[in-house]
Amino acid sequence: MAIEILMPALSPTMEEGTLAKWMVKEGDTVSSGDIMAEIETDKATMEFEAVDEGVIGKILIADGTEGIKVNTAIAILLEDGESADDIDAAAPQKASAPVPVDKEQSSEDAPAAGMSHPEPQVDTTPDWPEGTKLKQQTVREALRDGMSEEMRRDDRVFLMGEEVAEYQGAYKISQGMLDEFGAKRVIDTPITEHGFAGIGVGAAFGGLRPIVEFMTFNFAMQAIDHIINSAAKTLYMSGGQMGAPMVFRGPNGAAARVGAQHSQDYAAWYMQIPGLKVAMPYSASDYKGLMKTAIRDPNPVIFLENEILYGRSFDVPDLDDYTVPFGKARIWREGGDVTIVSFGIGMSYALEAADRLAEEGINAEVIDLRTLRPMDTGAILKSVMKTNRLVTVEEGWPQGSVGNYISSVVMQEAFDYLDAPVINCTGKDVPMPYAANLEKHALLTTDEVIAAVKKVTYK
Amino acid sequence: MAAKKTTKKTNASAEELKAYYRDMLLIRRFEEKAGQLYGMGLIGGFCHLYIGQEAVVVGLEAAAEEGDKRITSYRDHGHMLACGMDPNGVMAELTGREGGYSKGKGGSMHMFSKEKHFYGGHGIVAAQVPLGAGLAFADKYKDNGRVTFTYFGDGAANQGQVYETFNMAALWGLPCIFVIENNQYAMGTSQQRSTSSAEIWERGKAFGIPGEAVDGMDVLAVKSAGETAVAHCRAGKGPYILEIKTYRYRGHSMSDPAKYRTREEVQKMRDERDPIEAVRTLLLDGKHATEDDLKAIDKEIKKIVNESADFAKESPEPHLDELWTDIYAEMEA
Repeated sequence: MAIEILMPALSPTMEEGTLAKWMVKEGDTVSSGDIMAEIETDKATMEFEAVDEGVIGKILIADGTEGIKVNTAIAILLEDGESADDIDAAAPQKASAPVPVDKEQSSEDAPAAGMSHPEPQVDTTPDWPEGTKLKQQTVREALRDGMSEEMRRDDRVFLMGEEVAEYQGAYKISQGMLDEFGAKRVIDTPITEHGFAGIGVGAAFGGLRPIVEFMTFNFAMQAIDHIINSAAKTLYMSGGQMGAPMVFRGPNGAAARVGAQHSQDYAAWYMQIPGLKVAMPYSASDYKGLMKTAIRDPNPVIFLENEILYGRSFDVPDLDDYTVPFGKARIWREGGDVTIVSFGIGMSYALEAADRLAEEGINAEVIDLRTLRPMDTGAILKSVMKTNRLVTVEEGWPQGSVGNYISSVVMQEAFDYLDAPVINCTGKDVPMPYAANLEKHALLTTDEVIAAVKKVTYK
Repeated sequence: MAAKKTTKKTNASAEELKAYYRDMLLIRRFEEKAGQLYGMGLIGGFCHLYIGQEAVVVGLEAAAEEGDKRITSYRDHGHMLACGMDPNGVMAELTGREGGYSKGKGGSMHMFSKEKHFYGGHGIVAAQVPLGAGLAFADKYKDNGRVTFTYFGDGAANQGQVYETFNMAALWGLPCIFVIENNQYAMGTSQQRSTSSAEIWERGKAFGIPGEAVDGMDVLAVKSAGETAVAHCRAGKGPYILEIKTYRYRGHSMSDPAKYRTREEVQKMRDERDPIEAVRTLLLDGKHATEDDLKAIDKEIKKIVNESADFAKESPEPHLDELWTDIYAEMEA
């Protein structure tokens, strides 16, 4: 049966083109790979090759014709034993056209932007049972215990990074781990973030549970393609067949006097990526409990630590297997006048501000998000519905901040409850300066949090 | 084509030769059909065809064992067919349909098969190189004797992460075969214009990684080199580099007018070095097969490819609910 040769789409965006020149004429025999015509697309002049073998029976569109829509018949190819006389007699075999998308079909799971404000569902169970024995531990020790407990539990888990083994960790987080687990599972890498992050992701594809330590998250910018393109997106791109169950961890944000390239807070960056989970704990118990959950999670987790917090001590429950679920905020302090939402080191400012505000008779409710993706927006909304005022606190930059996202959620879900505009307290919109006085001004301060609370409470 | 290793004498059986002929022809015909469906608007976006390079994957798959892994770039259709993935599932992924390997969510450049140990299909040039070394890392960690074929092009060979990976693969003795598919053009830039070294595999010497150049238009030469590399890796001697000199007949992607090389250059390669024609000649000259035998294979391949195209057209588009699935894996029970 004669075959219609159709105007081809020769680029991702081509809808029509010009038939610049026929390279064959009626009666010519063509075989696969022969050039039949030159076609001008929106980008270039392309050679159009034959796919089927046969004889050109009839040319339907002349040289130089412009604006030919894709899939228009441009010629008729005759197969063995056919002649041009057959063309009018028999209808040529139609190439099937693409199936049109049903535009009416809608997804049931699409997020609803409703005007109603249902009571948010919030998990308020305590992190540990009442009466649990507590011990004082630094964040550093809690992190090491969290990782070590999971490595004892699951031999697929290993730790890799710069100086994690023989040096005992650049910040001494992995102290003693080489001795306990050996060089097979606590692995010193060369200084090669892009490379070892990629190897870590490949090892996760291959069935292991890597913990990849970045000496700081500033250096992870060299590896961010693997974190996002390779780790976060593969489960989706494979239709659920394989993903990267692993943890990327290390200190994030400003330390002290290390300048612009070593002082960036990446919370808002990673929080944006579907496929990643993001934890940014404040207290030692959360460092431990969230790290254990992160290692067990079958998805890539970004675990943002803070160098200044490493040495701080907190109560940690003395339990054999203490975990903290993702997506559950912790209310550190209850209050009815204003809600302060923070995470990570931002909690230091939030809690100090709340103490000082209490002395002035302003009772702040302080929420620690603990994880940014998933984010416990229910806890924020529930609190705002009570206090009607919200201040967010973070060290990162203002434009596109975590606070900006929280503000949009609150505006859409609890607009009617707000008695004042939401204020986002952030670091200043500048690269981190080195000079001591400038650095102090670039960072967030407790005074700024207090001023913001007074503004939203009209005090 | 300064390849060092060429095999002219046949040490393959008639059955093996017929299998290579069949497997290479399947890739060629499948890709021609994919090009046709692209022209009809059934396949969208980027579509990178493998035509001309068939001997590379078919030769190396002949050297692999069950359980060995493979990972490659976005020019991945040939690798998937060669490792035994279903042509229907591959073609339906190209058309973005429910019956595709990734349920239509990955497309031409992002396809995977856990069952066939095919780890993608990666769209970022050279990203698959450390990922492949990571797969090999996992196998060494598990001490399971498996090797990973990590394919990348001459263009990817200029990315820094390749050498970060060479360093760690050599340092840690990873069972990884780095396969440089040198088709001589990084999109539109020839090797001479982009790459300081004439022999890319020799860069491995700086890391102590052995390797060799191979004639990629000769499936038997590729197989033989693949066996050397596999034996090296399986013996625990660390990584190995194969620089396979090959040639792509089509443009970089469907929208490439390929003005950076002459029509005559392509035609000369097709006429004189075609890997499928070479095996066809071996089969006929060696009286291993008759014209009729080969016609029967051609017919069988045509049927498989046509069926895959029909499947890819008939399989429905994914349900809109699929937009929201496979973003996160559920915790194991």
